[in-house]
Amino acid sequence: MKLLEYQAKEQFSVAGIPVKEGRVARSVKQVVDAANLLGPIAVKAQVPIGGRGKAGGIKLATTPEEAKAAAEAILGMDIKGFTVHEVWCEQAADVEREIYLGVTLDRDSRRLVLILSAAGGMDIEEVAETAPDKIVKFHPDPWRGAQGYELRAVCFKAGLGDLVGKLVPIMTRLYNLAVSSDALTCEINPLAVLAGGDVIALDGKLEVDENAEFRHRDLEKYRSDEEGSGDTLEIEAKKRGLTYVHLDGDVGILGNGAGLVMNTLDLVKAAGGRPANFLDIGGGAKAEVVKNSLDMILMDPNVKSIFINIFGGITRGDEVARGIIAARDELKIKVPLVVRMTGTAEEEGRKLLSDAGITPGVSAPEAAAKAVELAAGGVPA
Amino acid sequence: MSILIDRNTRLVVQGMTGREGTFHTEQMQAFGTNVVAGVSPGKGGTSHLGVPVFNTVAEAVDEVGANTAAVFVPPPFAADAIMEAADAGVGLVVAITEGIPVLDMVRATSFIHATVAEPRLIGGNCPGLVSPPERAKVGIIPNHIAKPGHIGIVSRSGTLTYEILAGIAGAGLGVSTCVGIGGDPVLGLTFKDVLGLFASDRETEAVVMLGEIGGSGGGAAAAMIGTGYPKPVFGFIGGRTAPPGKRMGHAGAIISGNTGTPQGKVEALTKAGVPVADTIEQLVDLVKGLAAA
Repeated sequence: MKLLEYQAKEQFSVAGIPVKEGRVARSVKQVVDAANLLGPIAVKAQVPIGGRGKAGGIKLATTPEEAKAAAEAILGMDIKGFTVHEVWCEQAADVEREIYLGVTLDRDSRRLVLILSAAGGMDIEEVAETAPDKIVKFHPDPWRGAQGYELRAVCFKAGLGDLVGKLVPIMTRLYNLAVSSDALTCEINPLAVLAGGDVIALDGKLEVDENAEFRHRDLEKYRSDEEGSGDTLEIEAKKRGLTYVHLDGDVGILGNGAGLVMNTLDLVKAAGGRPANFLDIGGGAKAEVVKNSLDMILMDPNVKSIFINIFGGITRGDEVARGIIAARDELKIKVPLVVRMTGTAEEEGRKLLSDAGITPGVSAPEAAAKAVELAAGGVPA
Repeated sequence: MSILIDRNTRLVVQGMTGREGTFHTEQMQAFGTNVVAGVSPGKGGTSHLGVPVFNTVAEAVDEVGANTAAVFVPPPFAADAIMEAADAGVGLVVAITEGIPVLDMVRATSFIHATVAEPRLIGGNCPGLVSPPERAKVGIIPNHIAKPGHIGIVSRSGTLTYEILAGIAGAGLGVSTCVGIGGDPVLGLTFKDVLGLFASDRETEAVVMLGEIGGSGGGAAAAMIGTGYPKPVFGFIGGRTAPPGKRMGHAGAIISGNTGTPQGKVEALTKAGVPVADTIEQLVDLVKGLAAA
């Protein structure tokens, strides 16, 4: 789950990381009220995606009139497929220096890595590529945590020794917040040094591991339907609990296992077609899930044929076959279905399909070619 | 011969009495795996599927000599189960469970490396492994596609691995050991670790490496092969047409920034002298060509 900036800052604030005072606003009036209350403010679009500033989603307003204009421009605007419903109105800051501080997962070292750089405010991946010497990385021991002396060394190495007293507490709190909230990314960019010497988080990113959400019920309030996707079909899929990715082609895809489904997309491309989606029914799916998935795929009006690719392991062929037949009959599916079925209970599954008038195939590439041909309006061989 | 598991494997199944645990324990027994114990806290002293059930892994090690553990326990408790098995002295832990919190795996892998001299964890979120010549299987790979032979397989994927196994069996060939290392961001054994084991296994004549988009784990393996690997290696990367920024199903499979692009992976492997097949059929043909030569 990706938190919005103001939500991340709520968590920062609870963790003792300094942030500027602000208000969430959902209407022009609320923005003007915030400006009257807080003085000069930054009006910032709240969308779960980067590049807001470049898209015009952040504006400074020194007067309530300017705040009104900013609100009118930003509320309702579209940023990379996300409509802006909320803005964060934050007291303007007199920034002297911008620092980067982040905690993220380093897969190769199997640990969280804390990253500090004096080159703040920029895209850290870009800094890593163009000026890797400006980035200092530290992998705290997951059982021992990050100790003060270790973090001080990081500050000195990053050329930020003059700020060590202010930075170390923030680094400690950010790392501890990442651990306690099961964050895969917990980032402050920029961490700003203000004219008066204060160090505060001017932006905030917090992405929580979906696998760990069962122990973070307190974060559940932040969940929104649009989270993670600006695509209406993907939002619907999320509501249905399906692993679905919307693509731009016309061959609907359903399979079991992420690797197999990715390979199915490759097969369709290789056959000259374009997949309409990625949909993984996972392991051990029941007939009901298959039916629900087919219904989901058909919500995309571009779908001209559907390729169902099943290699049974935990998943049973007969169970999938029942789902396909129920979906075809109950949903009155008109687009042609091409089924490739092998593995656990394949005989039973194929027989059910044949009896219902659906011809199952064995070879995945042949089935892919047939699905592509049918999508193009061809007659099946 | 084979790697990691063989006739001497004495398996304890953690979470054996659950639905998945029961089904797959039966399948493993049918394949020929020597399942010596189950562990279900609170059910110690009973028996299930003809096997004694213990409260702890330590008891299973002491009383029936378990030397390998399969973890089928639900995600919130899986990392604890992994640590329990490692601490009890089990030499190989295979975590099948899907959906283990990432930071739990960070702690568990760190724990294992600190506790065990030769840490061997496979997974989580993996199909496990099978050594058909030794009639040994730990995990959930379907029995009927695992035929004995001389190809070693190491893979990040589940069902795609089955596809390769079936393809190899269909070509009249078989495997020495097939290892699914798992699809999660934090894993135990890596491609490189498993390749290292295959290098010294006499039964294995060639290795098939099945990658996926996302992550950079294949890089170290490619570098290792590039500096001289004693056996032919064939590669395949799934998801080559996946658009960047879209997460394909599980946490491991996303092309973000410059990391994990299929082009980069194919390039690294090709540079190391590994032929990379475009399709599974082509991969099977490559392996068949080697067997015929």
